[in-house]
Amino acid sequence: MTRDQTAYIAGAYEHPTREAPDKSIAQLHADAAAGALADAGLPSGAVDGYFTAGENYQVGRYPPLAMADYLGLDVSYFDSTDDGGSAYVNHVGEAASAVARGKCDVALVTLAGRMRTYEPDPPEHGDRIMQENFEEVYGGETLPLYALAARRHMHEYGTTSEQLAEVRVAASQHAQYNEHAMYREPVTVEEVVESRTVADPLHLLDCCVVSDGAGAFVVVSDEVRRGIDRETVEILGHGVAVDHHDAGRIDLTTTAAERSGPRAFAEAGLDPADVDYASVYDSFTITVLQTLEDLGFCEKGRGGEFVDGGTLQAPDGELPFNTDGGGLCSNHPDRGGMTKVIEAVRQLRGEANPEVQVPDAEVALAHGTGGYLGTRHAGSTALLGRVGR
Amino acid sequence: MTWEPRPLPSVTPETAPYWEATADDQLLLCHCTACDLTYYYPRSRCPDCLSDAVEWQEAAGTGVVYSHTATELVSEWPEEALPVVVAYVELDEGPRVLTNLVDCDPADVAVGAPVEVTFVETGADLSIPVFELRE
Repeated sequence: MTRDQTAYIAGAYEHPTREAPDKSIAQLHADAAAGALADAGLPSGAVDGYFTAGENYQVGRYPPLAMADYLGLDVSYFDSTDDGGSAYVNHVGEAASAVARGKCDVALVTLAGRMRTYEPDPPEHGDRIMQENFEEVYGGETLPLYALAARRHMHEYGTTSEQLAEVRVAASQHAQYNEHAMYREPVTVEEVVESRTVADPLHLLDCCVVSDGAGAFVVVSDEVRRGIDRETVEILGHGVAVDHHDAGRIDLTTTAAERSGPRAFAEAGLDPADVDYASVYDSFTITVLQTLEDLGFCEKGRGGEFVDGGTLQAPDGELPFNTDGGGLCSNHPDRGGMTKVIEAVRQLRGEANPEVQVPDAEVALAHGTGGYLGTRHAGSTALLGRVGR
Repeated sequence: MTWEPRPLPSVTPETAPYWEATADDQLLLCHCTACDLTYYYPRSRCPDCLSDAVEWQEAAGTGVVYSHTATELVSEWPEEALPVVVAYVELDEGPRVLTNLVDCDPADVAVGAPVEVTFVETGADLSIPVFELRE
């Protein structure tokens, strides 16, 4: 009998902190690791695979090695693909591949960041970040690089600030039920568009929070899954893609989701219509709107109309999204991809906050966007399913 | 206007011709003689075909605004430099380049507006190519 190559998420944990000036980043990783393993009911000695990303340059040289040391792991497989905020959605696919190939049976994925209370020295400005020499001199950093995408999308498709605001409104409606969310107060479209303009056409409330935090999840083989009591979530499909300057042909209205999404859906044998809940990377409201279009939830350019009128609001909207309040209202600890995976797992287990739990959620999507829509970014899409659906 | 204390680029052997030309008010693009692609930002191998048969080509310096934003915040930039209009300009030769629009009221900037290059002296041996609105 051939080995079942399906991989499952058996444990997930989001650190409740949003401000942790007294904790080291390695310590936050360890807190999250312990939480995810406890959730799965697995001892740390069972871990034989480890994935983490580049925020770990803040914990020492050779990040995955430094963290394996700190966590005391004996691993037969480890990796540290780093594409920014999407890395942890990438790790879903990478861990599943490693499990499918028999390289490991219990893969731990961790994130920690202290964006709010700790400012590490930036990397040396030099040859290592060659193309940034043509960006930093112009102030080409995160905020304007997303504002440029918003402007072009408005120009080509008539998208409005009020439509972008609908994304924030939906996230804030969800955040009110999350006791750990940074901003729990529901906001209106008017409050979003009347908030301070930070890089036109983006307003302050179009932007995600800046938080400290940590999270982890555990990917296991079918054999391990059968030995534990906790409800697991099946990894159905995964896809990645990159978008960049493309030699000067950059298209600011599309994202890498345009290609990562179809790859994930093809692997899972599913369509966007099959998705009951979506965790969509929300560094900014425009990130969500473009990603929803590119994943195929609506026609390209119609994202503004799609999100209008409560489409994204749980539990009754057509496509409930980011029911934890997302990066926009709850948590964005340096990188947001980890919490996208964790909330998708909560939804499929029926463990989201009751007010925003999607009834009978069977298929969930988690999408990460890492980098900058305005220069280069990665898209990573994972499709997860309730076991026995 | 002067550029500093905003950040200056670090010049490498690969990009030195580009930055040296800016001191003479020239904007250079790369042209691949193997596949005929004209591209930006400068690199020694063509991003379409990886050929190293690449030559420098002077741009006309004219184009149109592809996208723009007046940004109120840029990390570690001095207040007097803000807001700054960050923009993509689509050059007549094709490439879309990330840049700044200068000497303009941000309210007058629009997608599709014609622009031309101008060079801001830095006090160093290079200037920063930026764009201004063309009548």
